[in-house]
Amino acid sequence: MSAAFNAPGASSAAPSRAHAIAAGIRRRVLDHTLRNQGGYLSQACSSAEILGVLYGGAMNLGAVKQPLLPRPFAGVPSATNRGYSYGYHFNGPHGRIYDRFILSPTHYSLPLYAALIEAGRMDPAGLEAFNRDGSSLEMIGAEHSPGMELMTGSLGQGLSQGIGVALARRMKGEPGRIWIFMSDGEFQIGMVWEAFEFMNHHKVDNIKIVVDINGQQCDGAVLSVMRLGGLSEKLTAFGAAVRSVDGHDIEALSLAFAAPHKDQPLVVLASTDPCREISELRLNGGKLHYIRIKNQVEAARYQAILDGMEAARG
Amino acid sequence: MEIVAQPHGKNLKAFGERRPDVLVLSADLTSSCEADYFKGTFPERFISCGIAEQNMVSIAGGLAREGFIPLVHTFAVFIYRRALDQIAMSVAYPNLPVKLLGFLPGVTTPGGATHQAIDDVAVMRALPNMTVLEVGDATEVETVLDLACEVPGPVYVRMLRGEVPRLFDRAEPMRLDTPRVLATGSDLLIVSAGICTEEALRAIAVLTARGVSVAHVHVSTYKPFANPAVPALLAQPKYGIISVENHTTVGGLGTVLAEMMVRHRIARPLVTLGLADTFAHGASRRFLMREHGLDAQAITVAAEQLIGTKLGWVDSDFSAVRIDAVHSSAKAEAM
Repeated sequence: MSAAFNAPGASSAAPSRAHAIAAGIRRRVLDHTLRNQGGYLSQACSSAEILGVLYGGAMNLGAVKQPLLPRPFAGVPSATNRGYSYGYHFNGPHGRIYDRFILSPTHYSLPLYAALIEAGRMDPAGLEAFNRDGSSLEMIGAEHSPGMELMTGSLGQGLSQGIGVALARRMKGEPGRIWIFMSDGEFQIGMVWEAFEFMNHHKVDNIKIVVDINGQQCDGAVLSVMRLGGLSEKLTAFGAAVRSVDGHDIEALSLAFAAPHKDQPLVVLASTDPCREISELRLNGGKLHYIRIKNQVEAARYQAILDGMEAARG
Repeated sequence: MEIVAQPHGKNLKAFGERRPDVLVLSADLTSSCEADYFKGTFPERFISCGIAEQNMVSIAGGLAREGFIPLVHTFAVFIYRRALDQIAMSVAYPNLPVKLLGFLPGVTTPGGATHQAIDDVAVMRALPNMTVLEVGDATEVETVLDLACEVPGPVYVRMLRGEVPRLFDRAEPMRLDTPRVLATGSDLLIVSAGICTEEALRAIAVLTARGVSVAHVHVSTYKPFANPAVPALLAQPKYGIISVENHTTVGGLGTVLAEMMVRHRIARPLVTLGLADTFAHGASRRFLMREHGLDAQAITVAAEQLIGTKLGWVDSDFSAVRIDAVHSSAKAEAM
């Protein structure tokens, strides 16, 4: 049983659109970080082109009629709460032919929200609610947060839930694919390897995984915390079709996403720079998981970078 | 007493015929959980997950989001201990209709501490959105899938396998939050669950023969536990209440009764029989039930202590008790 729909070129994004989204992600996240004296800034730097290519056309998402304004948090899912609002609406309607997007490490929520704005799916005013009490734009997003397909953020669980969705869609004969954004740190988790064993055994090929290999995790550099060692070789041995690319090269990402992977999942290992285009971050002593702007001098330097981005935008 | 062989295995296959939306997931314990009949009949709806419970539970969540009803099969310990975060975030938070069937509850396995689910009711009951059930006989095994699938959200079931006695009339299926009133009486109330109900039936026969008036309630739903008929039953007994469960005395049957009694300001003595906040070890069910005070003798001793009288009995009095499938003597809602 095969549900691969890997027509050549199906995943190619319009490069200029991907560039624009990527630039917008960095600009919006830097602006937000400055105004809040902190934020998940390095994740924006590393993932901007990946999200740019995904939202720039690689994913086959349904349209939204107009940029959506996020609704306030409306309670948790329960047998009695009929008002729960789901974040997947920002990725367009569910439908047989449409792809799904799962953000596994939801510490990337801020870059995702920025991507949704740049892709015309979220009203720019929505970002003002980020991390505000009573808002659905949580700092570490949940399934009511814009762009979130399901409950992720407890690292490692996005992939397996995505496999469940993928199996169900295969059984229903739906051509839409499941895109899963993962971080390199997640490959320290045993459950992730359980998931790859499963996909290999069950020939799950309607899943495309992109991994932001930024070499960073909460404690610091991945190499200093728990080295991954030969990720490409390990994933190949686990039966995945693996492509390794420069995660800031839009053309290379687009080509990798279009690689064939009949009877196996596709994994695109995207090597990235967590300080890309915001070199000020290199002065942060390797502490990149969450950026705190500590004083006026730092703020002024980041402001200068933001001013440059605004000027480049024209 | 009728003994039914593999009631779940046969019922699961029949259930699968009625419910095309049902899938079975198994973590290398397929025949051990009697899912092999289903697997043989519906191979395309059986998903082998290997020894990987965390992945299995999160996959079940994904399948449920797309309209399927996953029935997750493995030993109870390996569900709630190995995959609790996955249960909480991939299944319970989104309130998905995943049915977790946990086999070998408590001391029903000789496999020792690694295989004995002794605190699963406490753990699963603490999860928001989770419904928690336990079967006590073949009739409940044969009807629990219908009940679990009527519940729109996630359900955890303590299941029985193999040779299972039929204690309850086949015409009286398991119902949500509906304890079975098996006997009425004024001196004592015994509340039992799971495999301890057969023990309670033996104890009550011995107690009744010695002139003690005993009410008996069998509980198969731990959560929700809010049946409005229950507080009146708890308030009735002259000497007090004995709960008996195949679980530790922390967070299970004794606790749900105590919580209800406090909520309803019912001040009666409550003796909770169960594993006394301890792990168990590998031995036979009969040995462990004796060792940990879950059997008919332990219930009888607790009764003697509550009423303050020695009743005079020997072990053979209990094995001589004849147990037939019983009708609920009264509907709980009618009490």
